[in-house]
Amino acid sequence: MFILITGLLLGGTYALIALGLNLQYGVARIMNLANGEMLVAGGFAAFWLYTAGQVNPIAALLVIAPLAFAANWLIYQVMLVPLVKRAKSRGALEVDSILATFGMSFAFVGIMSWIFGGGYFNYAFLATPVDLFGSSYAQNRVVAFVLAVLIGGALWLWLSFTRAGLNLRAVSVNPRSAPLVGIDVRAASALAFALGGAVTATGGALVSMFFTLDASVGVLFTMKALIIVIMGGVGDIRGTIVAAVLLGIAETAVARLIDPGLTLAAAYLLFLLVLLFRPQGLFGKAQT
Amino acid sequence: MSKTVLQVRGVTKRFGGLVAVKDMAFDVHQHEVMGIIGPNGSGKSTMINMISGTFAPSAGSILLNGRELAGQPAHRIAQLGVARTFQLVRLLPEMSVLDNVIAGAAFGYRRRWGHSAETFARDLLARVGLAHAAGLPVSTLTYIDTKRVELARALASDPEVLLLDEWLAGLNPTELATGIALIRSLRDEGRTVILVEHVMDAIRSLCDRCVVMASGEKIAEGTPAQALSDPHVIRAYLGEDDA
Amino acid sequence: MSAREVRNLLVSAVLLGLCALLPIYGSAYWLTMGTTMAMFAVLATSWALFSGPTHYISLATAAFFGVGTFVTGLWFQSLPFWSLPLIAAVAGAALAALVGLVTLRLSGVYFVIFTLGLAEMVRQVFTWVQNQTGARGMYVLTSLTEREIFWMLLALGTLVYLAGWLIGRSRLGFALRIIGNDETVAKHSGIDTARAKVLLFMVPGAAAAAAGAMLAPRYIYIEPATAFAPLLSFQVVIMALLGGTGRLWGPIAGVIPFTLLWEVITRQAPNQTLLLLGLAFLLIVYVLPGGFVGLWDRARRRWGGR
Repeated sequence: MFILITGLLLGGTYALIALGLNLQYGVARIMNLANGEMLVAGGFAAFWLYTAGQVNPIAALLVIAPLAFAANWLIYQVMLVPLVKRAKSRGALEVDSILATFGMSFAFVGIMSWIFGGGYFNYAFLATPVDLFGSSYAQNRVVAFVLAVLIGGALWLWLSFTRAGLNLRAVSVNPRSAPLVGIDVRAASALAFALGGAVTATGGALVSMFFTLDASVGVLFTMKALIIVIMGGVGDIRGTIVAAVLLGIAETAVARLIDPGLTLAAAYLLFLLVLLFRPQGLFGKAQT
Repeated sequence: MSKTVLQVRGVTKRFGGLVAVKDMAFDVHQHEVMGIIGPNGSGKSTMINMISGTFAPSAGSILLNGRELAGQPAHRIAQLGVARTFQLVRLLPEMSVLDNVIAGAAFGYRRRWGHSAETFARDLLARVGLAHAAGLPVSTLTYIDTKRVELARALASDPEVLLLDEWLAGLNPTELATGIALIRSLRDEGRTVILVEHVMDAIRSLCDRCVVMASGEKIAEGTPAQALSDPHVIRAYLGEDDA
Repeated sequence: MSAREVRNLLVSAVLLGLCALLPIYGSAYWLTMGTTMAMFAVLATSWALFSGPTHYISLATAAFFGVGTFVTGLWFQSLPFWSLPLIAAVAGAALAALVGLVTLRLSGVYFVIFTLGLAEMVRQVFTWVQNQTGARGMYVLTSLTEREIFWMLLALGTLVYLAGWLIGRSRLGFALRIIGNDETVAKHSGIDTARAKVLLFMVPGAAAAAAGAMLAPRYIYIEPATAFAPLLSFQVVIMALLGGTGRLWGPIAGVIPFTLLWEVITRQAPNQTLLLLGLAFLLIVYVLPGGFVGLWDRARRRWGGR
């Protein structure tokens, strides 16, 4: 039971992070391998605001999210639009965006190490336990989960019921036909990329409450987000959430029951099984 | 009576809840040009795609000289003697025209490699009217020339059945006449061809027989004259009306 | 064989001979650099054999290499040394076949992601096994000198080069170029694309593992954390892309300058190596998409030539 709930709490937060990547890959078609670094940046920002300014991380979100939005929008326009223009096919864009965002992620880690040094950072916020269903859990994890659910839910509502959200979904389903119905694919992609980055940075700020982060840990989160997005089906919000929860539970189970050093291997095994038996993901549509 | 090369029986294709092709059945005889025609969305391309193995039928069987094609992967079907062109021309962008044609010969039904493949490919290019273009990069070709290259590539494996998916689409009247003449010469050579087409002139002048599809089902079969004067066919193309 | 091909072969043979003389005439420092370059030359050239024509970016090099070092670590005392790279090559090819069978049926993105984490995952598994069995890292102490390792790597490099040359002229190489251009056309032309990709992927798998086996004595202490460092995979990708995958000699053109640059940065500003890596990636994507080979081709076209 403990495993289930801890896994659920973890998975909920993972879901938020993976949603960010899902928007960027599903709509803007950018396989953003620097996603984890955006998460770390969000975490850093929360850390800095808390330790230097005594601002609690939840309030800090009001600053972090818009900043991340703007930063990602700029990155898309400056670094990624040239690749989009140049790409002869979707596959070529994917390869180019992988290499470019990979480069960005290294550059980012390099810069972060330079500024902050190689040290780990964490802080205690709401680290007090709270009792749920007979076991105690850290309050910050619960709060993070609740916020992740709220933000994720708001995102889903926005995507499903607003005009702009509809545009994004249309582009994700069929970018070639979207312009035929008047959708500006370039603007929609930029919006999706920026929004995705903001969501990821928010996830990072939340996660920083209970994870110890350092400049180089981004890659691990990128891997997990990738696995979740593919497992759930690219472009599908429900799939991402379900896959994230599954991953959270699987990781927690493996860490408690087998060995905490095997969490990535466990994630990988799940990934492998999905690739073997259902490559389009749990909720995805098969590629023709 | 010439032998039956391709036998389609009870072929159905469902995409989720949508039935794109329902219970199709027809025969194609050796040396004949069979047309598959019908209004947009009738399932013609889906039918061709199933014959070439782009995807598998949900039900039914497709026999090529007695061998079952349904459910086989595309490369197996190509090796068994089916070659095709695509609705949107697909050439290999980083390779020369000659290599594009050799690509059809090297792995297909009747394989050729090395010097003999190169000679064969050059001959084919001359056959389709592109003798001068062998060494050119494909990016320099005109639209009809790209179609010719794709045709040469399909012919390079000397297939039992040649599938042409709207090969005559998008051509101006002069090009169209040239194109029709080219396909007619293929028929005169004895090729078995299945044509998916919209261009009525082509159908009338090229096809020995045709199958008319609408909403995924066969609504008529016969010579072009017979099929095109069938009231069901007229209704399918022009809608309910005094035809 | 055409006159041009004969000329290229002769030039390559001469260059190879010159390289082989390095341990005899060069200083110890340059021998060390040379060995590192030889290693990267093997890794980058074999990487490009697969990832060049198919455009599938493999980040699995570190996993194969690590497996190779472990082969030596486990058996260098019980088996003659010359057999170890062979065993490693088989192990590497097997791992590549496994990875290939799972991921190469799918689009390139899945392949990249899978290979990205492969080294990490193998490391985690090996660490866990070590913890369970109580084994510690292995000390590989042999009587092999650096120059012998250098010559072994040169020999391996020559093999890889030859393999690349043969494959390039073969039907398999043609099939892979077609796959890299348009996989749908490849399938409809009769190419079993999954099998072709897996077969070719086994080449860098075997080569990287063999290189790892040869280099284990240089690392001396073999343990999962260092044997499977993902950094190696990234360096190899950069070097190969920087040089350019359009020609067989392309990756080597990237290996030499990048190894030198890395050496300089590691000395002067060791904290900035990751930044260098990142900038190199960005350079390749935005400025040099064809690598040095691309520049060379453009220059040749501009100044006449055939």
